[in-house]
Amino acid sequence: MPQDKNRQFLDFEKPIRDLFEDIEKLKASAEKNKVDLTDSIRKLEQQIVEKRREITSQLTPWQKVQLSRHPDRPYTKKYIEKMFTDFVELFGDRNVRDDKAMVGGFASLDGQTVMVIGQQKGSNTKMRQLRNFGMANPEGYRKALRLMKLAEKFNKPVVTLIDTPGAYPGLEAEERGQGEAIARNIYEMMRLKVPVVCVIIGEGASGGALGIGIGDRVFMLENSWYTVISPENCSSILWRSWEQKEKAAEQLKLTPDNMYSFGLIDKIIPEPSGGAHWNYDEAAGNLKPHLKEAIRELLAMDPQTRIEKRIEKFSVMGFWDEMPEPKQEPVTQENDQSNQY
Amino acid sequence: MRQEEDFEANLAGEEGKSEETRSSWFKRIKKGILTSTADKKETPEGLWSKCPECGYICTVTELRENLFVCPKCNYHHRIGSAEYFEIIFDDNQYDVMFENIRSRDFLQFTDLKSYGKRLEETWAKTDITDSIRIAAGKVDGEGLVTGCMDFEFIGGSLGSVMGERISRAVDFCLERKMPLLIICKSGGARMMESAFSLMQLAKVSGKLSLLTDAKIPYISLLTDPSFGGISASFGMLGDLNIAEPGALIGFAGPRVIRETIKKDLPEGFQRSEFLLEHGFLDFIVHRRELKEKLAQVLRLFRN
Repeated sequence: MPQDKNRQFLDFEKPIRDLFEDIEKLKASAEKNKVDLTDSIRKLEQQIVEKRREITSQLTPWQKVQLSRHPDRPYTKKYIEKMFTDFVELFGDRNVRDDKAMVGGFASLDGQTVMVIGQQKGSNTKMRQLRNFGMANPEGYRKALRLMKLAEKFNKPVVTLIDTPGAYPGLEAEERGQGEAIARNIYEMMRLKVPVVCVIIGEGASGGALGIGIGDRVFMLENSWYTVISPENCSSILWRSWEQKEKAAEQLKLTPDNMYSFGLIDKIIPEPSGGAHWNYDEAAGNLKPHLKEAIRELLAMDPQTRIEKRIEKFSVMGFWDEMPEPKQEPVTQENDQSNQY
Repeated sequence: MRQEEDFEANLAGEEGKSEETRSSWFKRIKKGILTSTADKKETPEGLWSKCPECGYICTVTELRENLFVCPKCNYHHRIGSAEYFEIIFDDNQYDVMFENIRSRDFLQFTDLKSYGKRLEETWAKTDITDSIRIAAGKVDGEGLVTGCMDFEFIGGSLGSVMGERISRAVDFCLERKMPLLIICKSGGARMMESAFSLMQLAKVSGKLSLLTDAKIPYISLLTDPSFGGISASFGMLGDLNIAEPGALIGFAGPRVIRETIKKDLPEGFQRSEFLLEHGFLDFIVHRRELKEKLAQVLRLFRN
């Protein structure tokens, strides 16, 4: 968690920054004039907490998107550090290379070994480049699948932490089959014999998110988003301009509240007031009991039932009208013996 | 070049077809594409068509006789489900299923137009009810369930209806022990259905895994274009992934990639031939040979 003076503020967080500045002024003045301003400072600190709560209670969808991308927001490895012990990071897809945008490894969740996998973003310019802004290449998805298969072999539950603006749209990514890599993951995750719990901890954009997003349980943190395309790209395609991202965010109904009401996710995990970036311990501490509970429930089921329920869970998603239709005479005959496989 | 193709057509040995295919540039094929044109209102007789690839000009009638493949450069024109069904199913006989499942503007999504209005307008100008049609029929005697996308219906976009129709097609395949073919032609997900469209990738992939368990073959035919959610799910999950020549296939669209890497894309990038070279296709099949090839592999799977 950044020190207060190193904090970064989004536009709508400006009132908080102002309060921080007021505190700094008071502190300086207390120092200079040798007076005790502890009470006033404490009052301002209380105001900050209230302001944080106030701001997160009335976020627009676009502001939620911005918060999910907050430069101080905890990323996958931070959650791993705060929730698990004995994390042993495993690298590489055994094929092309190690994708730094996708991390994973064995870890212990209060004694239960799990395989934890997630997209990783960087917290400064250099690291952001190294992590490719959390945009995995095909080898990242194949690395994730390799680790999931390893977990399956040793009967360990899989936890995925999703935080990506999308799978990387690069030339080499296409050469190495970005679509195929994601498709394969979706398919294999559906059939994974061990419990799978997925959590959207920040950005959940499109196939890049879904590529590690097929779980028996899918959770979203309070200030995350999940949909088929980023609001910016949606704006550029449907509005033919980059300027309508706020409208796009609204129309896409990408917030956890919406996703929960649609039945597309199972739970919303509350964040510290003001967002996860205000208290990493609290953010991870909020999530951990839900992970443990889900894993405990899922381990109680037999693998075949779990897989059937997982397929069923996703197969009821969608909305459509069903009109009455007159029955036609079928041309193909039933139980044709020539078509037995 | 031309001779080679005639040779291949001869080898294919589709009943009564070899003779005609050899000179099919200029002659009518008795059966096949010319039967019942009632549904095709977009291509009235006597119109001329210009090949977007080589500029060759011929009549639409001639083009249709050639299965909408440019007689000069082999460019595969974009065609709809009616044309594909006519190409692959014996005597143009097939049952269309699940047409009663229709899109709904559940999210009340509005961009420059509301999704509801977009749907109404699309339904008004075409007979097609959504971006995929499911049909069951025989391919040279082999039973086959086929889902074929119609690009003219909101870019063949993947929404809840496509997901549900494919899902039911899978159930139908499981019930009848019939193989499944999906002919992909889509720009990607239907954004107006937001996360619901994304979840169709999961939904269909999950259903396809049931075919795996039942050991029923699933073939994915990728045609121009096949992008986004299609390639990131069932488009790439076939027991066989095959494609028409020259089709653009990929995850990210060329424009997005160009803007990301800030460089021009190499010649042939994301074309079928490129995918074959990089190991993502089992084979490329000319539209003229599609039916024989399908029948051939279906027989090989079965026997």
